[in-house]
Amino acid sequence: MAITVKVLDRPIEDVSYIRATIKGMVLTFKHLLDTKVTVQYPEQKWQISPRWRGTHRMLTTETGKAKCVACGLCPTVCPANCIKLIPGEDEEGNRYPLVFEIDEFRCIFCGYCQEVCPEEAIHMGRHYENSEYSRAGFVYDLERLTAQTHPVCEMWDPDDARGE
Amino acid sequence: MIPVAALLQLANPQQPPTGGGVFLVATVLKMIVVFTVYMIGAALLTLAERKISAWIQNRHGPNRVGGRGGWLQPAADGVKNFMKEETYPEAAYKPLFVLAPILAFIPALVTWAVIPFGAPLPTRWGRIEMVVADLPVGFLFVLAISSLGVYGIVLAGWASNNKYALLGGLRSSAQMISYEISLGMSTIPVLLLAGNVTLNSIVKQQAYGGWNVVNLTLAFFIFLVAAFAETNRLPFDLPEAESELIAGYHTEYSAMKFSLFPISEYANMITASAMMVTLFFGGWDVPFTGRDNIGPYSVWLTLLSVAIFFAKLLFFLFFYIWIRWTLPRFRYDQLMSLGWKFMLPLALAYIVIIATALLILEAAGIQRGAMHSSILAAMNMALVVIVFAILDRGRIISPAYGRMGGARLARMRGLASRSPLASRAND
Repeated sequence: MAITVKVLDRPIEDVSYIRATIKGMVLTFKHLLDTKVTVQYPEQKWQISPRWRGTHRMLTTETGKAKCVACGLCPTVCPANCIKLIPGEDEEGNRYPLVFEIDEFRCIFCGYCQEVCPEEAIHMGRHYENSEYSRAGFVYDLERLTAQTHPVCEMWDPDDARGE
Repeated sequence: MIPVAALLQLANPQQPPTGGGVFLVATVLKMIVVFTVYMIGAALLTLAERKISAWIQNRHGPNRVGGRGGWLQPAADGVKNFMKEETYPEAAYKPLFVLAPILAFIPALVTWAVIPFGAPLPTRWGRIEMVVADLPVGFLFVLAISSLGVYGIVLAGWASNNKYALLGGLRSSAQMISYEISLGMSTIPVLLLAGNVTLNSIVKQQAYGGWNVVNLTLAFFIFLVAAFAETNRLPFDLPEAESELIAGYHTEYSAMKFSLFPISEYANMITASAMMVTLFFGGWDVPFTGRDNIGPYSVWLTLLSVAIFFAKLLFFLFFYIWIRWTLPRFRYDQLMSLGWKFMLPLALAYIVIIATALLILEAAGIQRGAMHSSILAAMNMALVVIVFAILDRGRIISPAYGRMGGARLARMRGLASRSPLASRAND
């Protein structure tokens, strides 16, 4: 018996077990008849936010080439160090990525790459169904990144801080 | 096509019971039907539990196997349990480890044999009672068998050779033994009223003198709480308290051996609900009519009474699940103090009160009937108000510590300050 425990004389509503039980049963019965909130996942999908940051997507020009100019900003800014970029240059002096790989397992989905990109080439995707059969499958190469079709993330706009 | 008109003509309460070969055939048929309905009922109850728990939590519950209702979920669970690996812990005592689920399962099934679930069925060959075995000691049989259920749980806990399982088994034995006393005592007033332990005569007495829940509400309350404790259902599921004991007594079980424990729990639930219906809610008595107990019996009356019985049964099964998803688990000391310090004295006092009241009514020359019942009901109302509105002040479920008055508290504080521990703290 703890001797320093102070026992308050509580009002009858608090100490009457029968009353508390009946109150609780009324509450659970109300919930029983309530509308259900579950999203029936495979058939019915959750409306994700326009600022959702999912797996990346590389946007392309009209000719189908990646917009990336291999400036090297995104591997520099990436805090998780998950972007591997080897730049190349064609005969006209245009830089393009020879290798552009993103390890989606290392990625922390901060969205810095999208923010820093001068060409608006790399984007976070509004997408969350990413299962693969192997770990290697999560290293997305340039081909994979350009082939993705899901909508892209709209970054937070400091001028419209509360807006979507 | 059933010759309904011919069967109706045979309706006669004085018709003798069937004998010989017909009795044998009828009994075997009843056994098969009751067993099938019972097992399917237990399976569907698992689905009901998951559905109702989901609804109470604003979810949908299982809705994939067998259409939107998820009707085949119990079948899928069954198939899964049969295909799982049977594991035996290295240190387990095998014979009892295997025997325990069976021991838990069988008493749950056997009890149903004596519960009447409908008005007698008149046939060409005689009257068929709607009960598998019309035992003269029906109620005592139920008490005897239902107390066997604890062996399965205790043996499962012991044979697993696992500390959590053993603790679960111990808790279960302590809990079941404590509450069995209140359970038995709470039914004495019912037996006093009926003057007989045959379940059918208890039903008939209620059909005549009003349902026992109206006349003996406190006995019903004690029986209800004790039945929850006996079936190990929340708020009394301490033997399998997940947050403390992993899964309690069935921690080490897998596959169908594990599955037998939940099945027997649900089977026990059905039995306990049937007992509540039979003892306190008039059994198969059709409410608001006096016709069913004077006869004549007919096929329609049998069908109607079976339907009524199952409707009452379903209500109590729902009530079980409803309570489970409303109340949190008791602490162990609360469980024990509720059982020994509240329920048992209340049950004993209630027996004395009811016995005295019956003697006084008899001495006053009031015959069994409307007057008798209404006097009992009025007395019952007064008792309910006294117990639930006036006595229920932190006494039904009390906190672990005692209430201390100001003087005693000051004395204890004085003792504490003089202790060597306190002086060391002051240095």
